[in-house]
Formats: sequence, structure tokens, C-alpha cells
Amino acid sequence: MSETISHFEPGIASPGRRIAAVVLRYWYLLRGSWPRLFEIAYWPTIQMVIWGLITLHLTGDSSWVTQAAGVLIGAVLLWDVLFRGQLGASLCFLEEMWSRNMGHLFVSPLRPHEWVASLVIMSLIRTLIGVLPAAVLAIFLYDYNIFSLGLPLAAFFANLMVCSWWMSLLIIAMILRFGLGAEGLAWLVVFLFAPVSAIYYPVSVLPEFFQWVALALPPAHVFEGMRGVLFGEPFSWGHLAAAVGLNGLYGALAGTIFLIAFKDARRRGALLNQGE
Amino acid sequence: MLAETAIKVDRLTKRFNGVTAVDAISFTVPHGRTIALLGGNGAGKTSTIAMLLGLLLPTAGSIEIFGVDMLRDRFRALPHLNFSSPYVELPHRLTVRENLSVYGRLYGVPRLRSRIESLAEELDLTEFIDRPAGKLSAGQKTRVALAKALVNRPDLLLLDEPTASLDPDTADRMRSFLESYRARRRGTILLASHNMAEVERLCDDVIMMKRGRIVDRDGPAALIARYGRSNLEQVFLDIARGGDSPARHEAETSAA
Repeated sequence: MSETISHFEPGIASPGRRIAAVVLRYWYLLRGSWPRLFEIAYWPTIQMVIWGLITLHLTGDSSWVTQAAGVLIGAVLLWDVLFRGQLGASLCFLEEMWSRNMGHLFVSPLRPHEWVASLVIMSLIRTLIGVLPAAVLAIFLYDYNIFSLGLPLAAFFANLMVCSWWMSLLIIAMILRFGLGAEGLAWLVVFLFAPVSAIYYPVSVLPEFFQWVALALPPAHVFEGMRGVLFGEPFSWGHLAAAVGLNGLYGALAGTIFLIAFKDARRRGALLNQGE
Repeated sequence: MLAETAIKVDRLTKRFNGVTAVDAISFTVPHGRTIALLGGNGAGKTSTIAMLLGLLLPTAGSIEIFGVDMLRDRFRALPHLNFSSPYVELPHRLTVRENLSVYGRLYGVPRLRSRIESLAEELDLTEFIDRPAGKLSAGQKTRVALAKALVNRPDLLLLDEPTASLDPDTADRMRSFLESYRARRRGTILLASHNMAEVERLCDDVIMMKRGRIVDRDGPAALIARYGRSNLEQVFLDIARGGDSPARHEAETSAA
């Protein structure tokens, strides 16, 4: 009887090396284009500058803003964590679609979950490239140091990143299903969540039904938590637990939907045929 | 040690929205052979190759690559195969070297830098190895795709139109390269091509497909003899234009 493949050949890459290889692929892409790198940092910085100026204007008029002058700048920086995180993973996926590279990737030993891991790493890298310069600039321009939030900042950041990843998985699933005609979702979806994320205002401002919707999503808990800390309240473990739990739930759902969409793409031959 | 059978396909079927692209085909390919999948447009060649690669899920049937069930355990087989197709491109903005480096790492190729240098030399890529893949000519892209397909020294190489867009001189050098690769590596090559001279030169065996079915299989010389033709192109035309079997062809020529 013939021996099967398990009996031969060393030199097969470990999962970590395969993930690193795909991260390298996206890093080459970033490194090769200074305008692209500049653009990643450009929008968060512009947003921060504008909201900083609005804060300066309102500080004289509003006791609410005077009480926590950094609340709007903090909100815009954390919102950009969510937006850039989601966009970072989605754009890396779209790069594969635009270059018709999916066929090559998935004929290699790369597993779908390893590919997702590489998208997550790139999302983190792109978010840091985008948001860190804006956060540092806010110290010099407005004397606002978001890092002074300390450990709570790490909790807010982590939750928003995880939230951005499951959003990306949903977007990737939709594009795998409907093709590049749905690529606009990469820029649109996060703004669907914006009104109910309570970024710049408390959840209590929303109509009652939308308050329930907001509290069913992780970002509202993060921004409520952030405002609480900035207003000198104790760190809200309840909001943190809610954000973590909801992220876990939606992450599991999004992962399942992604795997279904990926299998469906294999059934339809979409990994070979999709592209510009 | 490798299994003696590189590919074993049993009643492989693929239907898209009720249209049967591949219709219960069965074949085996012994390791070390070079086999051509021939057929007109829509014959089911690309769907068959996509299913062998694990990119397309079959509706029914089974595929074993080196004894590994591709539907249940494809990640055990994938490190040992590779493919190139002019219809699946490499990232445009990455240079040739970067592309080969990424894929070399994905496959865990040892001494990758020297592997890339040696491929660049053998496939004549040195001149443009640091140029973005998207800025290459069609012929250069085909050679780069072949380099990517060879980067992991695959035991099974699936090639869709391996010399498409190449000028006759370069195409001839590619064929020589594939011949020597097969001899050195003792690998299995399955190729889909519309270049009959190429198939006659490279292949031990030809699988003729039409409307999703295998209508004939034999060595190029045996097929030519059996159909009473002087080259494989004429055999291909016979089959594509209606003659599904030598028996039918014989009946037609006797009547004439």
C-alpha cells in the first residue's frame, strides 16, 4: 500500500511563520508607499485638530465641557481607534481582492484563521500608525494627554480594537458573498454604529429604544466608561464587563458568519474569480 | 516518501446553479508523470484544477492528493503542491522579489534568499526582480507566476496555460525548464493548455474533456494514431467538433 504524505518532507512553515509571511506582505505594501502611510495618520490628526478647536470654543460657554475639557478630544481619538481598526483589516482584505490574489493565498498552506490573525495584526499596526501621532500632537496643541487615563485607556483601546475586528469580519463576509460591488461597506458600516455608540454624548441623550440598542453594542459602554473616568468617577467595571461580554458574543457570531461565507465562496469558486 | 499515486479523482462532479461543469469524472495520475487536461472552453478543465487545489468545493465525488483526502484534510497536502494561472495574479504593488519572499515564507522554504536567486536565474527574472509585479509585461508576469509556483519545489505542479503570452523563444525555454524540472524533481505536473505542440512535447498522457466529461485518455502519440491524425491539434478538433471517440471517427472516415 502506498504511504501517504505524512511520512515525508520537512520545512513546512509553522502557523506563526505563515501569519508573519502575510503580515510581511501587507507591510511591504505599506512600506512601498509613503503617501499611503501619510494618509493613515492624516485623517485622525485632522479630526483631532478640529475637535480640539471645537473644545476650545465650547470651554468658555459650557460648564459640561469645562468640567472635562478633554472629553471631545478623547472621544475623537478613541472613535478613530474603532474606525481605523476596522478599516485597517478591511483594506488589507480588499487588497487581496483588488490584486486577485485570493487563489494564490488559499492554495498555500495558509488557514483562514491564520489569515484573519494577520489581518488583525495589520489592523493594530495601521491603527497605531494612524492614532498615535494624533494623540501625541494633542498633548502639544491642547495640553490634553489621553495617556493620562492610564490602565482604563488600555481597556477602552482593547475593546474598541476587538469590536473593529468583528465588524471587519462581517464586512469581509459580505464582500466574499456579494463581490467587490459591496466594497463600499468597508467605509460605511462603522458609521452605521456611530449614532448609537454615544461617542460625543451620553447614552441618555438617545431616544429610549435607541438607548437599548446602544447598550447592546460594545462601543457605547467604552465611551460611557471613558466619560465617567474623565468626569472623575470611579472606573466602571460594569461597562467594561458589558463591552467584553458583547465583544465575545459578536466576535463569535462574526467568526461563524465569516467561516460560512468563506466556505460558500469556495462552493461558488469565488476565491478564483473575484477581482477588479 | 511519497504515495505512488499523485492524484486520484473519483466521480468528481461540480454543478453551478443547475449547470453541470464537471460530470462525475474519475482518473488517477501516477507520481512522476506529466499529464495534460485538454478541452475547449467550458469543457471543465479550470473547474477540475480548482477542485484539485481545494479552491472550489465539489458537488459530489472525492479527490486524493498523495493519498490525502482533499475534502477533509487539504492542509496536509497543500504544502506539497503549487500552481500558476494567468487568471490568478500576484499582488501588483509588491516587487517580484517581495512576492517570492512572501510565498516562500508561507511554504516554509529553507534558505529562501538563495532559492529566490536561483529561480530568478533559471527563469530569467533577474533584470526585473525588484520591479513591481503589476508593471511587468504579460510574458514577464507568466514567468514570475511560474517562479512562484516552483518556489516550494512542489511534488505536484498544476499549471493553467503555462506558456500563455510568451514569445516562441521564451516559451521554448520554459518548456525545457519544465522538462528538466520534472527530470530533476521527479515531480508530477498536471497542465491545462491550448498549445498542442507543447502538450505533445511535455506530456506522457492526455485527458480529453468535453462538456464536463472525460471523453478520451491516452499518450499523445497513441491518441494521434488512434484518431488517424497527424498531430494532436487535429485530434483536439475532432473531439471539440463532435467526434467523441475514435470509433465514431472511424465510422465517419469509412463512410467517406
